[in-house]
Amino acid sequence: MNIESKTATVAGGIPSEPEKATLEGKNKILGFWLFLGAETVLFATMFGTYLALKEQHLGGPRPHELFQMPMVAAATLILLTSSLTSVLAIMGMHENNVQKMRTWFLITVLLGFAFLGLEAYEFYEYVHEGHTITSSAFGSSFYLLVGTHGSHVLFGVFWITGLIMQAGTRGITVHTAPKYYVASLYWHFVDVVWVFIFTVVYLMGMMA
Amino acid sequence: MGTLIILLVFVLFLAAIFTGGYNRRYLERARESWLWGWITTVDHKKIGIMYVTAGGLFFLIGGLEALLMRLQLMFPNNDFISGDIYNQLLSMHGTTMIFLVSLPLLFGLMNVVVPLQIGARDVAFPFLNALGFWLYFAGGLLLNLSWLFGGAPDAGWTNYATLALPEYSPGPGVNYYVMGLQITGIGTLMSGINFLVTIINMRTPGMTYLRMPLFTWSAFVASALILFTFPPLTAGLFMMMFDRLFGTHFFAVAGGGNVTIWQHIFWIFGHPEVYILVLPAFGVFSDVFSTFSRKRLFGYTSMVFALVAIGFLGFMVWVHHMFTVGLGPVANTIFAIATMAIAVPTGIKVFNWIFTMWGGRIRFSTPMLFANGFLVVFVMGGVTGVMLAVVPANFQFHDSYFVVAHFHYVLIGGTILGSFAGIYYWWPKMFGRMLSEQLGKWHFWPFYIGFHLTFFPQHWLGLYGMPRRVYTWMPGYDLELGNLLSSIGAILMTISLFFFLYNVIWSFTKGEKAGSDPWDGRTLEWTVSSPPPEYNFAQLPRVRGLDPLWVEKSAGNGEMQPAEPLGPIHMPNPNHLPFLMSLGFFISGFGFVFQSIQVGVLGLVLVVVTLFIRSFEEDHGYHIQPEELQTKGV
Ligand code: HEM
Repeated sequence: MNIESKTATVAGGIPSEPEKATLEGKNKILGFWLFLGAETVLFATMFGTYLALKEQHLGGPRPHELFQMPMVAAATLILLTSSLTSVLAIMGMHENNVQKMRTWFLITVLLGFAFLGLEAYEFYEYVHEGHTITSSAFGSSFYLLVGTHGSHVLFGVFWITGLIMQAGTRGITVHTAPKYYVASLYWHFVDVVWVFIFTVVYLMGMMA
Repeated sequence: MGTLIILLVFVLFLAAIFTGGYNRRYLERARESWLWGWITTVDHKKIGIMYVTAGGLFFLIGGLEALLMRLQLMFPNNDFISGDIYNQLLSMHGTTMIFLVSLPLLFGLMNVVVPLQIGARDVAFPFLNALGFWLYFAGGLLLNLSWLFGGAPDAGWTNYATLALPEYSPGPGVNYYVMGLQITGIGTLMSGINFLVTIINMRTPGMTYLRMPLFTWSAFVASALILFTFPPLTAGLFMMMFDRLFGTHFFAVAGGGNVTIWQHIFWIFGHPEVYILVLPAFGVFSDVFSTFSRKRLFGYTSMVFALVAIGFLGFMVWVHHMFTVGLGPVANTIFAIATMAIAVPTGIKVFNWIFTMWGGRIRFSTPMLFANGFLVVFVMGGVTGVMLAVVPANFQFHDSYFVVAHFHYVLIGGTILGSFAGIYYWWPKMFGRMLSEQLGKWHFWPFYIGFHLTFFPQHWLGLYGMPRRVYTWMPGYDLELGNLLSSIGAILMTISLFFFLYNVIWSFTKGEKAGSDPWDGRTLEWTVSSPPPEYNFAQLPRVRGLDPLWVEKSAGNGEMQPAEPLGPIHMPNPNHLPFLMSLGFFISGFGFVFQSIQVGVLGLVLVVVTLFIRSFEEDHGYHIQPEELQTKGV
């Protein structure tokens, strides 16, 4: 399992799955999957706390009074689409097409920013209606859960922006490919978490 | 704002120095010093040594805190230490021992040994490995600085809400707890992922899962537990931090919060955490028993199964810390049964250890002494554990010294004896010198006798009604003798540690040089020189069975056969970013402790900047050519 012998075979062209061509790449991807496992538990804890505390609104606005379907649905749509564009970017990577990869990643980042904009606007509205992180236990657990997700998106857009810049100078190699690949994994994960937030927080909240 | 500007200037100043803008020569000199070497190292063996050293240092601090508490409790109505200080000593002792001593000592051993045992040249992520250590150290330092600036945490190591909220704990103490543990926790999580990937991806040819030494197996299971238990702690600490600093209401009942949530989150983390602490110790003992009995481990597969089973069940018993909360008879019964079920795989392990010794050629070297001591102590701790799992009885035992006795029997008996056994066993591999067997015995016996003297009477103290976490007690309730004996025992344990420290000094000055295989070992770490070269194996070894070195010894080869031809070896470059990143976390933590959002954010900015530097860094490492290899052996 010598790294040399692994990389030597790919020195000429770029292999079809450059992200898994080296031991380092494989390690990175496996490690990142495990990290996502840990993140899952982190979010699960916050979901649990939210479910336990969501009835404690202390006379403040209740979930179904706050949440507005059109905006949340738009945010969901944007984020889901951005997952698709990140897949297209990785397909570009597999075709060894730097330009395609960068373009789709750029679109992913823009969609991420759009989502963040909507979320910021949403929070701004809520604060005006008296729903803040300190207004009640409902508020605290809501902002912790949704805010943690939001900060993951924020981190993601900066990360992917950095990668787009790197792709410009370094292109797609067996060293950079794993980076692009795990960033897209991360992005999918953030998306999946949002699907759960959409269901548990927004849809179930509006039902009551 | 003023502080912010001063800090900024300071940071710029430091940056100027470190980038060589000021003085290139100064930079060069710093580069060449040994300290820089240690700060930037990514070598798993050096990081392991740093873990063990730091763990040892914190052990002295935590031990001193324990000694002070025992001195206070020696006599009734003693006023050596006030109640306030006692609470701080108590909380810091528990927190230090669990987070800053036990885990790092085991991590140190894992770092040194696991890659060697599976025939790898390094861990999967050398950079993250260094980062994990520095984060742990930064967190530990932050936590202990509380003694100097503002007072230590005083709500126990469990830091239950209400008591830990600003209303009852107004000083910065609990903030230190929250920030310190948050930072160490991140480091621990990284190390856990690192070990998992290393063990899954980097085993040498022939090293199948069911040929891995038990210590590696235990590192694997413990890392899996880390992966799933530390995130809840992270989440819980965030909530605690927000409640204390920003006035949220996760646990504050007045705002609709719920104190039981903290208890659940804490124990969902906390119970698997104690298994994280004990499983690697089980691994050490398994290796020690088989080496010093010159037999392969009895029931290897059942030992692996038991490890996995304990790890799995460990997630399902957290409510046994909360029997008295009032979650109802159904919840209590389910968790009581799950708890008792853990006794089964643990029992399997104990019997297998005994059967390993049965008919073996036993040598009572120091590691083996500790291992045998462990068997007795741990069985006793296990028995009181099952007693505590009986719900009605638990209502009597709860929050009494019976509990204190129980968990010290398992924690010291398991983790601390395990760490000592491991340190004595692998010391020659780490440092290339032997420890004195004579002094080892002088260390073991007073420690062992002192241990029983300290904690055995506490079972009775508890049954007589002495509550835990109270700084003094009254005469006339039959508590005098037990407390006196207990404190004398603590003094005896302290004395024994001096023999250990002396042994360390002796080893470095007069210790005999260790060969590659001083104990007639069975596993791969004993095939490389002591200490091993930085690349571990010139050629990766081919493994042909369980206890690979023993297989080759019995086949008459005496050494491993290579699995690959000699070739250039790829090595990672040393890197100073882990240190800088941890510094960022440290500054940030310090800021938040004193509720200064600016400083807190400043630290985080430093973290993000280093992250980006790292991402843009092109770091492909370097190669060692075959001609440069010092040793030929596999
Ligand atoms: C070296 C000898 C040790 C002595 C003499 C000692 C003594 C004590 C004492 C006096 C207490 C306070 C009991 C109370 O007032 O309720 C205590 C608590 C505790 N100790 Fe130790 N201890 C020792 C080692 C350890 C070790 C090695 C560990 C862990 C690996 C440990 C973990 C704890 C924990 C978790 C607590 C509970 C703290 C709390 O209630 O929040 N101790 N110990």
